[in-house]
Amino acid sequence: MALHSGRACCRQYLLHLAHDNVDFRLPEIKALLSLRNQSFDTSETFIEKSPFWQLNGLSEDDIRSVMSRTVCGKSAFELWGHGRTTDELRRSLLAYPAESMAPYLQQNSTYKINVYTFNKTLEFKDRINKIDALDFLPFEGKVNLKDPEHIFCLLEDYGSDPNDIPEDPFHLYFGRWIADGQRELIRSHSVKKRHFIGNTSMDAGLSFIMANHARVKADDLVYDPFVGTGSLLVACSHFGAYVCGTDIDYNTIHGIGKASRKDQKWRGPDENIRANLRQYGNESLYVDVMVSDASKAVWRKNPLFDGIITDPPYGIRESTRRTGSNKDIIKPPEDFSGDNHVPVSMAYHLSDIFADLLNFAAHHLVLGGRLVYWLPIYRPEYCEEMVPLHPCLTLISNCEQTLSSHTSRRLITMEKTKEPEDSDTLVHLADPRFTSYHGHNSFREKYFSGLTKKNGSKATPRNED
Amino acid sequence: MKLLTHNMLTSHVKGVVKGYPLVIKATEVKVNELEFNAQFVSRMIPKLEWSALIQAAEWLGQSQDLPSTLIPNYEKDEDFLRKVHRILLEVEVIEGCLQCPESGREFPISKGVPNMLLDEGE
Repeated sequence: MALHSGRACCRQYLLHLAHDNVDFRLPEIKALLSLRNQSFDTSETFIEKSPFWQLNGLSEDDIRSVMSRTVCGKSAFELWGHGRTTDELRRSLLAYPAESMAPYLQQNSTYKINVYTFNKTLEFKDRINKIDALDFLPFEGKVNLKDPEHIFCLLEDYGSDPNDIPEDPFHLYFGRWIADGQRELIRSHSVKKRHFIGNTSMDAGLSFIMANHARVKADDLVYDPFVGTGSLLVACSHFGAYVCGTDIDYNTIHGIGKASRKDQKWRGPDENIRANLRQYGNESLYVDVMVSDASKAVWRKNPLFDGIITDPPYGIRESTRRTGSNKDIIKPPEDFSGDNHVPVSMAYHLSDIFADLLNFAAHHLVLGGRLVYWLPIYRPEYCEEMVPLHPCLTLISNCEQTLSSHTSRRLITMEKTKEPEDSDTLVHLADPRFTSYHGHNSFREKYFSGLTKKNGSKATPRNED
Repeated sequence: MKLLTHNMLTSHVKGVVKGYPLVIKATEVKVNELEFNAQFVSRMIPKLEWSALIQAAEWLGQSQDLPSTLIPNYEKDEDFLRKVHRILLEVEVIEGCLQCPESGREFPISKGVPNMLLDEGE
């Protein structure tokens, strides 16, 4: 770090992003920057869908901090030059201050230059030609391909249309590699290798994205009211947060009953959330899980949690239920342990789930704490006004993940910006924004009606519990 | 169930006015040694109901001679923070129940997991 001068503010950085979960990238990077009290400042030509973003006004430490957490960002570079043509890139590089380059081009140092092309595959000799064409830069060190001290990269953007790849790139960048992001977590934390999983376990990449949107950090206390098999708690504990969760399903919490794996009939002993945290070395961050109904007030009404992060049941792959009696009774879950009374479950309307969740967050989050949850959407009817609001919660981001031609889910991030007063209750029943979630499982009906039309056959949805 | 969780739980039995703290009736208690985290404990202390914590620790015979009122400048007192860390995170009720102080309704704790579900109509 001693090499870096105090003129960090003038430096530009280039972020190379993965080209999946495109909608989730900007909120993730913004959330991670805000953990450093930095804002997202980019170039005038910024295109959100581009795999390359320029970042201004940051220090190398800011960039390293972001890269230590991001699963959307692949790599970050100190940007030395860029342009729309090779000539422009060359002029831009020659204008970069020599004294800023010098520390990395020393005679006694080792380096290598990589060429990365987006939306085009180059032949080996073309890559070599491109590297040779950079010899106007005063490289004094020795090339070392295996273990270089400094890595430089020429990045070329050939657009995003695989059916219309241009001869020459739209934009070229050259910079010094600083750090890679945490894409590796997607593999290392894959649910395929997770000890305890369920039918609706959240994908590892999205779990980490959710934890990042929630700005979960070390020594936070994070809560998931629909915890299931605890995928989100695994992600939050990876970033050092203490975690707890509740679920209405006794068998899931205790890890008993039918297994979700294809080749396994029953869950084995010790299949539970605590064992999942232990698998990744974070058992010390496990607080508790409980069998509890998210619609009931079991927590003391105080700002207890730094984050609430959850994937509520929409009744697609799991039923939505809460305790209580109702004529419209769903079959109670089979109690494999046999010695506990299982209260009758009743339908839990989606509109009530979201109203309860927002009210709960308003009362139980600390100021500045974030609520991150998934909202299911029937696409033909979606409009932004359907996203539930609360006077104490400020909407931070709303990102879509498409599930089918007519359905998607939206990751909603809200920040608590005010302590609730008596007047701040959510008047959800009268609010037209909730009408599409009214009626038991109305979203579920639409979801499957669309599927039926598409398949041309009658779909027979089943409650998997 | 750890005492941190107990400190945050309240009875939700219908009609109950004073459902806090839940009475702990433990038949099996375990102490799991954990790496000490002063930062987390310091952050949690202002969120705690201190007297409820001390009471819960006494029920389990784990009070560690902690004072009945919170001391000032606890952030700098490592010995104090270690004791709080122990009762918040290391002491666990494995079997037993939580009882609503007003209605007497019991919530079973089995394999360390409280079951807070109420029957229909409760």
